[in-house]
Amino acid sequence: MFRHKLYRLDLKASPYLYVAPFFVLFLAVGMFPLVYTAWVSMHDWTLVEESHTWIGFTNYTELLKDEYFWNALSNTLQILVLSSVPQLLMAIGLAHILNMRLKGSTFWRMSVLLPNITSVVAVAIIFGQLFGRDFGLINWVLGLFDLGHIDWRTGEASSVFAISVMINWRWTGYNALIYLAAMQAVPKDLYDAASLDGATSFQQLRRITIPAIRPTIIFTVIVSTIGGMQVLAEPLVFGVGSMTGGADRQFQTIALYLYELGFSRFDFGYASAAAWMMFVIILIAAGVNYLFTRRMRGAE
Amino acid sequence: MRKAAIAASLVAAALIASGCGSGGSGEQGGKTKLTIATFGDFGYKDLYTEYMKLHPDIEVVERITKTEDHHKNLITHLAANSGASDIEAIEEGWAGQFTSQPGKFYNWMDYGGGDVKAQWPEWKWRAGSSASGVVIGLGTDVGGMAMCYRKDLFEKAGLPGDREAVSKLWPTWDDYISTGQKFMGAKLPGVTGFFDGPQVIYRSVLGQQPIGIYDGDKVVVDTNPGVKKAWDTTVKAMTVGLSAKVEAWSQDWNAGFAKGTFATIACPSWMTTIIQEQAKEHAGKWDIADIPGGTGNWGGSYLTLPKQGKNAKAAAELAKWLTAPEQQAKVFRTKGNFPSTVTLYKDAVITDYKSAFFNNAPIGQIYSKSVATMVPQFMGPKSGDINTAIINGLTRVQDGKQGADDSWAQVQKDVKALL
Repeated sequence: MFRHKLYRLDLKASPYLYVAPFFVLFLAVGMFPLVYTAWVSMHDWTLVEESHTWIGFTNYTELLKDEYFWNALSNTLQILVLSSVPQLLMAIGLAHILNMRLKGSTFWRMSVLLPNITSVVAVAIIFGQLFGRDFGLINWVLGLFDLGHIDWRTGEASSVFAISVMINWRWTGYNALIYLAAMQAVPKDLYDAASLDGATSFQQLRRITIPAIRPTIIFTVIVSTIGGMQVLAEPLVFGVGSMTGGADRQFQTIALYLYELGFSRFDFGYASAAAWMMFVIILIAAGVNYLFTRRMRGAE
Repeated sequence: MRKAAIAASLVAAALIASGCGSGGSGEQGGKTKLTIATFGDFGYKDLYTEYMKLHPDIEVVERITKTEDHHKNLITHLAANSGASDIEAIEEGWAGQFTSQPGKFYNWMDYGGGDVKAQWPEWKWRAGSSASGVVIGLGTDVGGMAMCYRKDLFEKAGLPGDREAVSKLWPTWDDYISTGQKFMGAKLPGVTGFFDGPQVIYRSVLGQQPIGIYDGDKVVVDTNPGVKKAWDTTVKAMTVGLSAKVEAWSQDWNAGFAKGTFATIACPSWMTTIIQEQAKEHAGKWDIADIPGGTGNWGGSYLTLPKQGKNAKAAAELAKWLTAPEQQAKVFRTKGNFPSTVTLYKDAVITDYKSAFFNNAPIGQIYSKSVATMVPQFMGPKSGDINTAIINGLTRVQDGKQGADDSWAQVQKDVKALL
């Protein structure tokens, strides 16, 4: 009888024990900082002062009135759209090509991942040179065709564009490989049948591949939304370390604004409030994108 | 020590300053272990070896971080009350952040600071002290101020090239601007400006004012005519078209030195090292003249003893030895960091030193004159951030995004948000 009880306990409790390490770790390095940040955000809390006064939601109401926060949010959303959309479209196209019978397929597949394994700082420095105003490569090429110089860093649209190009460069190949993995699980006879019916490669992509890998697409949309909302290193290095993202904050993202509040002003209370706002906004953006990508299925 | 190291520190800043570092110090095997945290290149490596030879019971361990990270780490370590080294270096631009919390440091007056006080000019000593008079830092190097210029471009533009004559061209900043207009009038090929951009000229003019961002512990950006003067001078120089519109420490700025797109730059002593690195092709074409408007200072560092240190006495001895004139002279000879100890300025090490890169300009004499005669300015805890806000404002004017008045109004708003 006792053995039987022990056996049942083992059956019931063991699975929880097996997953416990993750949740313990998550509590320590995920949940605790989250809750602690919420606690800090309710205080007037600067790093250099000892006393922390409870001020409730004042930091949040201030933040809602803070035009620099909204500016940063708008920049972030622009970068998000300009990076995620072309990035995922290009990745699908790239994966489709890589999924064909190619000579040296492993070589090509590895190559698309190369930009991703390069350090973001190295990428930013190289792109900084490409987008240089006086001696940048892109302006030099434009000059050859008498198209004039673009002051990439100063302009709002041009700087957002340049940063998005950097992000696209790094992440297109990565997403292409994820799509490729999903595509290889699509039954080949579907394509054979489609070919017999005279479907072109593009039609096969639209009618077979994309519907078949939709769960993967939803996954990448959500992951790149989260990544896009947190962009920090690219604008920071692009702006030569300017925490304000240019003199006019023309390319300051929310993460960069958060960094400025926390590590330039050392205003941890306000920065924590901004961090929580950012968290909520990311949840909303990811949720909207999830519903949107699921909708695509309903339309078809 | 060097603003230049900012450029290098970006790389690390991009990864977000990780405020860690074990604060290990103590006695091991009879030896006292002293940790010293610096940034950039203080040129101390050989001195540590020498010191350990002189004091066999001491072991010196150095930690070098990039400038910005170093200071941010120190701020975090002081707040957390753990992690700081026995000796921590601080740079002038950041000093106010630390002199405003003197309780976190040992007072040098309790560790024999009074005996060596006479080595430094009064202002250098004061800038390492809190408003209440607690001395937290002993001076290492110093910036000084001069004007570096391209002698060859000046001559091509029909201006005098000789450094005496050039100094006479611009007793004031208005003269500097009108000289610039003459220079730009010559329309030399490849030259896009008389100076690089707003940051360096603004900091130089500001550094000459008796009162800067702070008056005592009060921020006076809105009312202080000195700040407005630095702003107006920079705006005027930009509106008459003298700026090459490059941002200091950017890649375009480096390229500007290499390609020679601008002909002058205000020059603290550490700037000469940057010019030599970036403008290698133009050795001998650069020269150094007096700065318009008198003298000034930008940069230079201090050694402090955080109260977390357990070996304050031994650390104080080491720091005093490192900042003594003999050691500062050694550093100047090997690295070029300009000494802050005035007693050295009559020494042949300084007086006879000429730089071949700068057309044999007597660098030692130029900077010692500048340092000895300058007016001190108080740096407060937020000086750095406030200057960034003002320089952003100037950049907006330069880029045509805002008129000077609108931009000034926004600067006032931004500064208020910082306080």
